[in-house]
Parts: sequence; C-alpha cells; structure tokens
Amino acid sequence: MDVTSLQTSGRAGPSGGRRPAPPRSGHRGRRSPAASFGLHAALVVASLIAVFPVFWVLVTSFKPDSRAIEASPSLINESSLDNYARILAGEKGDFLAWFGNSLLIAGLTTVLAVMLAASTGYAVSRFNFPGGRGLLFFFLVVQMFPFAVLIVPLYNLLLSLGLQGSAGGLVLVYCTTAVPFCTYMLKGYFDGIPREIDEAGRMDGLSPFGVFWRLMLPLARPGLAVTGFYAFITAWGEVAFASAFLSAADQSKTLAVGLQVFVQQNRTEWGHLAAASILVAIPAAVVFYLVQRFLVSGLAAGSVKG
Amino acid sequence: MAGVSYVKASRVYPGNPPVRAVDQLDLEVNDGEFLVLVGPSGSGKSTALRMLAGLEDVDEGAIHIGGNDVTHTPPKGRDIAMVFQSYALYPHMTVGENMGFALKLRRVPKETIKAKVAEAAKMLDLTPYLDRKPKALSGGQRQRVAMGRAIVREPAVFLMDEPLSNLDAKLRVETRANIAALQARLGTTTIYVTHDQVEAQTMGHRVAVLKDGLLQQCDTPRNLYERPANSFVAGFIGSPAMNLKTVALTSEGAVLDGLTVPLPRSVVAGHDAKTITFGVRPESLRLTGGDEVGMKLTVDLVEELGADAYVYGSVDIGGTAERFIVRTDGRTPPSIGSTVNVTLRDDNEVHLFHPESGARLETTKAPTA
Repeated sequence: MDVTSLQTSGRAGPSGGRRPAPPRSGHRGRRSPAASFGLHAALVVASLIAVFPVFWVLVTSFKPDSRAIEASPSLINESSLDNYARILAGEKGDFLAWFGNSLLIAGLTTVLAVMLAASTGYAVSRFNFPGGRGLLFFFLVVQMFPFAVLIVPLYNLLLSLGLQGSAGGLVLVYCTTAVPFCTYMLKGYFDGIPREIDEAGRMDGLSPFGVFWRLMLPLARPGLAVTGFYAFITAWGEVAFASAFLSAADQSKTLAVGLQVFVQQNRTEWGHLAAASILVAIPAAVVFYLVQRFLVSGLAAGSVKG
Repeated sequence: MAGVSYVKASRVYPGNPPVRAVDQLDLEVNDGEFLVLVGPSGSGKSTALRMLAGLEDVDEGAIHIGGNDVTHTPPKGRDIAMVFQSYALYPHMTVGENMGFALKLRRVPKETIKAKVAEAAKMLDLTPYLDRKPKALSGGQRQRVAMGRAIVREPAVFLMDEPLSNLDAKLRVETRANIAALQARLGTTTIYVTHDQVEAQTMGHRVAVLKDGLLQQCDTPRNLYERPANSFVAGFIGSPAMNLKTVALTSEGAVLDGLTVPLPRSVVAGHDAKTITFGVRPESLRLTGGDEVGMKLTVDLVEELGADAYVYGSVDIGGTAERFIVRTDGRTPPSIGSTVNVTLRDDNEVHLFHPESGARLETTKAPTA
C-alpha cells in the first residue's frame, strides 16, 4: 500500500504543481529536469509557508517579552530558556495542572469516543435494526449546528446532570462531536471488511460480541487510529466549551483555556505564550507520530480488502 | 460424527410476495456421507447450507444434527466447520493461528493445538507456511488453509460453500480430487454446495438438485444421470446437456423429423396429451449412413475434444429448427454446414417427461446401464 501511495503521489505531482506535465518522451513517468525543478521549487515554497509560523513561534519562545516584537526581527536576541523555566515552575499559573487536565480530558475523550463509535459503527454496518439508517442521518444533522449555539443548552444539560464544572462533563460534551464523525468513519471501515470473516468467526465459536472484539477491532486498527487521532485533537485544542464548562479555578483549566492568561487587556506576554504553545504542541505531535503510518493507509483502506 | 436431517425446513424472506428461498426441504444425510447440493444461482443451495450452519434463520420446519434439534442453536453450539467461497481467513493472524483459532477459543491446551495444527498442515502441504499471513499465500494455498481450519476442529459435519470457485481450472480439478480423498480418509459427514454439475457428479456420494428453493431429486450421481426425476434435472445434469424436445405424440410413438421413436405402451397409454417431452443424451445419438432412417441434422458447430467430438446442429421438427447435440468419434467429425443423418443408438436410451409438469414418465423396463 505504501508503494501504491508513493506512486500515486509521484504521478499526481506534476498536475498538482504549477506547470502541466511535459509531453511524454522516453520512459513513462519521467519528468524533464526543468519540470522536476519547478515542481520541487513549488513544493519547497509551499512547505516553507506552512512551517514558518511554527518556526517563528519556536524562535519567539526563547526571547524575553520585550524582544518578541522587534523593528528588525532577528533569530536570536537575548534568547534563553527562561520562558520555559517560568512556565514549568508555575509562576504564570498552574501550567502542569492544566497539562494534566488536558491530557486526562483528551485521553478520556479519545478512549470513550472510539469505543462508542466502534461499537455503533459495527452495529450500523452489520445489523439491520429499526432506525439504523435514521441514526446515521441524525448523526449527520447534529454535526451541522455551530458550536456557539450548543453552549447554552449543553450548559443546562450538564447542570441538571450535576456534571457542570467537572472534567467528566467536558468529556461527554466532546464526545457529542467526536462520536458521530468517528462512527461514520468506522462504519465505512467495517463495511470494507467482508462479512464472511464475521461468519467464519461465528463458526469458529465466537459470540457476536466476540467477533467484534477479537476479529473486527484488530482488523479495523488503522481506522481506530485515525478516529482516535481525530478525537484527541478535537479535545486537545478546544477552547470555547472548555472555558464555558470547566470551573474557573486555575488548577482545573485545560491548556487551551490556560493560555489565555498570557493575553491580557493591555499587553500580551508573547514569549511565555510562545513557549507554552510549543509545550502544548508536543503531545499532539507525539500522538500524530504514533498514528501517522495509519493515516495514509487508513484513508485509503476502505477501498482495499484487508 | 453425525448425520444431518432437514425436516420440512424453509427460509422465507419477507417481501411482497415473500420469497421462499428454501421451501420445505426434506433431506436426510447419513453419517459419513458426502452430499452435494447443486443448482443454478438462486436455487437456494447456499441458503440451505447456511441454515444448517446457523448463519440463516430457519423460518419453518427443523434441522437436526446427530439426532439433536439444532434449529435455533447458535453456530457455536452446532459442532460444524465451514469452508467459505472467499475462504474468509483472518488477515491479522498467521496460517497457524488461523487454523488453531477455534481450538484456542475452546481453551484447548497450547501443545495440543500445536500438534493438531501441525498434523493438518502436513496433510495439506502447508507446513512451510504456518508462520505466514494469508496475504502472502497463493489462491490454492489459501484454499488449503481454509480446509485446514475446518479439519483441525474435527467437527461433526463439514460445510463447504463453493470452495473451489476462486481457483483456476487446473487447480480446481486437482483440489476436487484432494477434497474427495480427504473426506474419504476422515469419514466426516460433508455437505458441499456447488453450481458446477461436474463437481457435483464427481465428488458426491449423493447429489441433491435444487431449483427455486425446491428439492428436485436427491440420488447417487449415476441414478441422477440415468433416471432424472424431471426434465429440469435431465437438462441440468450432464455435459453437454441432454437434448430435450417437446414433440408430437402419435400411436406410433414420438415423432421427430423423419424418425418415429416407438415408445413403451405403458407410457403412451397412461398419457393423454398430444405432445411429450422427449430427452436423449448426446452419446445416445449416432451419425448414420444415408440409407438408414434418421433425422436430417444441419451441422452448425463441431467441438473437437480429441477422443470425442460434439456435433451441434439443427433439425427441422414441425417447422421449427431445434438444436441437437450429438457425440461422435473425434477422428472423423462431419464438416460445418454439411447435413448428416442422425439416429438413436438404442430406443431404450430415451427419457420421457410430461410436457407440462416435467415429471418423468416411467418406462416399464429400466434403461440399460
């Protein structure tokens, strides 16, 4: 599959770049040196544009606030690790607590959303039950409401459930967005697994749940990784719900909410904000690294038999 | 090991009108028997097998395995193993894990599983591949793993759903013989579904022919060939197919072009219609010299198979051109476009059926074998 995707991207390259592919001469799929140069130049420029803001945040994170915005920007200007040290020491708010909260909430969201979505997706894919199709449609409709509209009703719901201000409540709220999407994605994935595998499992002595647990989940691993990644990112970077539904106490904030302390009415602590942002990005990058090999195959896997 | 019986078992799919995929199937399979279910697509043969497997509900009637009523037992409680057309191997397990999976679920000790898997692998020439994933195997090897998965369990009954249809022609013939030999050696009751009548005739101790969910006939391959119960079975079993024509009936017998085949009095007397469905196999016809009485056959096509040749041609019967197939010697086939004289080898080698119901009209003397 890797080979296929490489070839595909190689072939898609010329049309994706600025200039059309030159007329084919000689070997199939070879580019002329000029086309090759053009293509690579375009890709390098695009990559630089994408990477530069992140790079500049990194550069800024080492500078003191007073040097963050300069008339003539420089890479290094009184740079040090002071920003990181202060943040980690908790001088600017209980950063480690925020970090723990975010990790807990995003982690729970991921686990809960993927478990619910996998079992729902499998049920919708395999079993005929009343309302099965309606359920998927309902999921789609739910996705169409803007978050801002949902905040007040969700707040009331959490309040009456006694979950307002708790991490568990926020996990539930995140699941309302993550589960429908993940269910859709996983249903498609399960549809791609031949039914005979289920039947072979039944014949070998598995219960219906056994088929799901011992055959379907291992086979859907790429799909689970992709949906898990989606659920994690959804919860990790979210601000609006988190600031509305968590208690205002400093140690119960998530990272995304906590970062706001660096942005004050009259002044923004760019150095600290940048350093904290870099720290926030690390877990997301780690999760991405763990699932990235599935992302390529996961997105194409529905079309190819396991 | 155990026998299997279908007792008026039906599978009805809801709809308007409801579809009776399998209709009142009554079938007794003896312990150790190799029974083949055969029929065209949509005949309900796979559904009948899946009902036995527990993958399809039984809406009416009952199914027994080894004397126990299993009509509503889930698959795991039936002690059966199934080989699927697509093999349905578990892609994330190695060959050895695939074969041992059912035993692992039953908490059989690891050493025992290993020994049984090794034994089955040896039987199927799979020993070098035990650590590979199914992805890295050829079609024939995957087929053997699917067989191995069934064998390792030592079930009461093997179910096979067109297990050879994904193999190429040569491998299919080879595997066909291997499966038959394996079944004889293990002596396990086997029910095998196929749409290929050659497979059915060569493998089964008995063959059950289904059409539109109804059992047409269940008998040994030889009886099926020699005494088909109705015109459908007559046309389905045998390759090339039997020549089946509905022709006029006179007091002399059945009237074919220039050839009147005398029919047994018992048949003619008990039959009140003016026509009769007359069947004759290609090998029961022969080409004759010009002086003998016979049908004039215009040759359209000659299939030369080496030892034999099949002559496809048309005969004018009552104003319509009817197609006939004649087996003849492979060395001296007639040329295309020529007209040849065709007659019966033996007046007894004919099959007679009711023109409407298609049921066999019994002749008093059985055709000679």
